[in-house]
Amino acid sequence: MPSKIEKDALSGRETTGHEWDGLKELNTPLPRWWLYTFGFCCLWALVYIVLLPSIPYGPGYFHGLLGRSSRVRVDADVHAMEAQRAVFMDKIKTTPIEQVKQDPQLLAVATAAGRIAFATNCQPCHGAGGEGQSGYPSLADDTWLWGGKLADIQQTITYGIRSGNDKARASAMPAFGALGVLKPEQIEAVADYVWGDLYGHPAAGADFAKGRAVFAENCVVCHGANGEGNREFGAPPLKSAVHLYGDSREAVVAQIANPRLGVMPSWEKRANNTGLDAATIKSVALYVHALGGGE
Amino acid sequence: MNKVGKASANEGRQSLYASHVTVYPRSVHGPARNVKWGVLIFCLTVYYVLPWLRWNRGPGRVSQAVLLDLPNRRFYFFNIEFWPQDIYYLTGALILAAVGLFLVTSLAGRVWCGYACPQTVWTDLFMWVERLVEGDRNARMRRDQGPASLDRLWRKAVKHAVWLAVAFWTGGAWIMYFADAPTLTAQFWRGEAGTAAYFFIGLFTFTTYLLAGWAREQVCTYMCPWPRFQASMLDEQSLIVTYQPWRGEPRGHGKRDGAAAAGLGDCIDCLACVHACPTGIDIRDGVQLECINCGLCVDACNETMVKTGQPKWLVTWDTLAGQKARAEGRHEPFRPFRPRTFIYLAAMAAALIVMGTAMATRSQIDLAVQHDRAPLFVRVRDGDIRNGYTVKISNKTQAPAQFELTLRGLPGGAMALAEQSATPSPAQVLAVDADSIGTFRILVFGRPGPQAGGSQAGGSQALDFMLRNLASGERTTYASVFLGPGGNGR
Repeated sequence: MPSKIEKDALSGRETTGHEWDGLKELNTPLPRWWLYTFGFCCLWALVYIVLLPSIPYGPGYFHGLLGRSSRVRVDADVHAMEAQRAVFMDKIKTTPIEQVKQDPQLLAVATAAGRIAFATNCQPCHGAGGEGQSGYPSLADDTWLWGGKLADIQQTITYGIRSGNDKARASAMPAFGALGVLKPEQIEAVADYVWGDLYGHPAAGADFAKGRAVFAENCVVCHGANGEGNREFGAPPLKSAVHLYGDSREAVVAQIANPRLGVMPSWEKRANNTGLDAATIKSVALYVHALGGGE
Repeated sequence: MNKVGKASANEGRQSLYASHVTVYPRSVHGPARNVKWGVLIFCLTVYYVLPWLRWNRGPGRVSQAVLLDLPNRRFYFFNIEFWPQDIYYLTGALILAAVGLFLVTSLAGRVWCGYACPQTVWTDLFMWVERLVEGDRNARMRRDQGPASLDRLWRKAVKHAVWLAVAFWTGGAWIMYFADAPTLTAQFWRGEAGTAAYFFIGLFTFTTYLLAGWAREQVCTYMCPWPRFQASMLDEQSLIVTYQPWRGEPRGHGKRDGAAAAGLGDCIDCLACVHACPTGIDIRDGVQLECINCGLCVDACNETMVKTGQPKWLVTWDTLAGQKARAEGRHEPFRPFRPRTFIYLAAMAAALIVMGTAMATRSQIDLAVQHDRAPLFVRVRDGDIRNGYTVKISNKTQAPAQFELTLRGLPGGAMALAEQSATPSPAQVLAVDADSIGTFRILVFGRPGPQAGGSQAGGSQALDFMLRNLASGERTTYASVFLGPGGNGR
């Protein structure tokens, strides 16, 4: 506590009364603008405490008179955004997919929505640009197992391939080796033919006659007489530069002996609220179609 | 300067703080004043009228002569139209303006400060309003120092109202440069203009009122950096406003018929020059930071010299070297051609030539090609490699145009417009609207590498996109790349 306020003789200013070993402290009050600002900030804090979420206690916190909450606001924003989008998404849902493609405005919305849905759901297997990977077909090239028209793509996404859905596309390449249909040397021969002739790796002096005979007997039903494939069974074209399991003779042998059968899930909206709604599936189909290979 | 901290000077310490002393400039008549009026009228006319000038660019196009169209990223200046990528012309213009300012300063001192600077122009305008409402220097001082009165109150009220109106008009003219002036005016009064328009009108009304009404010479003395370094452009050969001490000193009151005998100079110490000064300094103290070289003291002194029957131009425009010579009884001619001025002229000429050449050879066509990031390439059924590109074509002409896009460096290469062309072809014709950018997704098919045409594709290679405006024949090329397996790709 100040003991004695006095005027300093030299400077003419008041002292605070504090004295240490004969040194007296001059009273230098805070600038008034600083005090006013400080006071105003205190008042502002009080107003804030009363109006906005402020004091925490055990199970919760005081919500403030305005009841503002950023969590509630995010929810409201999301709902508002969905309502805004619904205008277009409802239109996309009810419009046939070919007509969506003709409507520039709807197409722009669908492409944007499709890109997001693709990145969230399809990218892990089919790649960021739809380039695919071994066992997962490229969506950007011009080869389609089950068809590359908009409606084909839409159907594949909706019901999937060997997905267990009733309407799923399904077919099975027989396990010629595992089931003992073909003997190992027959498999070697037909693989020589498929890889050497159809895939396009002719070697000097190669004789495909035996392999061609095995092929004609066992494979042409699905893959066609010239290896052109058949989309009805999802049988891939073999006379092509695009190969789902890789461009090697080993891959051909493995696929004949004990084939892998790829599965594409069904994205139809299910009872447990998983899957995608019809408008989003349409959007993804339009987006995939535009990746470069759409027919 | 000697008005600083007189009270504390007694204690041997000078306060670093100088409280503002209001300047009451007196009205004068003379050549400097006339030039100042002329420049003021010219500058304000240009500023207020320019956005209202119309310019025919064809139907449906912007019809304002000078327009900074920020939302559409265009700057219209009479028959020239700038796109965002032309921003470097602004650099050129700024270099020209800066070096021009250096040149003028080295020749004739701070004529920019005294006549053409917006701060000077608007301060002058506000002072003119003040003089109309409150009277000249003496009347204003008498009323300000006298007791509060109704007369003072209404004059102040009218003055500030007119100032605010002028400031509002200034802010209003400013926003007209950023939108179609007649449309914006109508929108503004109907309350339909954007918030930015109201904000900037408010901002410029406030700053104009504050800077020209209240801050005035303090802007030049304390805020503006130019007075601080303009001295490096001045030398003893630069024309400045100067008092001629060899003629005026020793100063003193009294009739001049017998003055020679009394040993007095021409200056009768009437303080007319001090009272006329808009920055409140005494020109007789020599070259000063505060002096904006407006020459009003020259006019003021001439009025006195005429009354006392002495030769005019006691305060005049002269160089430091000229004054030194005169004091020694010599004559030193004004030398406008000095190494300094030649260097400035050369810099200006260089900037002008570079700008002019760039402007004259400016292209109306622009091509940008971006290669797809994912996938880098796609192998298609017949063994070809396909690369995807996003192609942007800028059509800077004022008419819709057809552009022909072709490839160079990829034998047998063909391209298709994604989702549109049925079969790839070696050339594509693309239509772009007038004054806009067309974006196209192009798929290029080919077989890269030394074995082009073979079944084995090898690596990536350079690929040029060539664009030609079918109407004007103008061409441009963009160097891109065609990626394939085995090279930098997979």
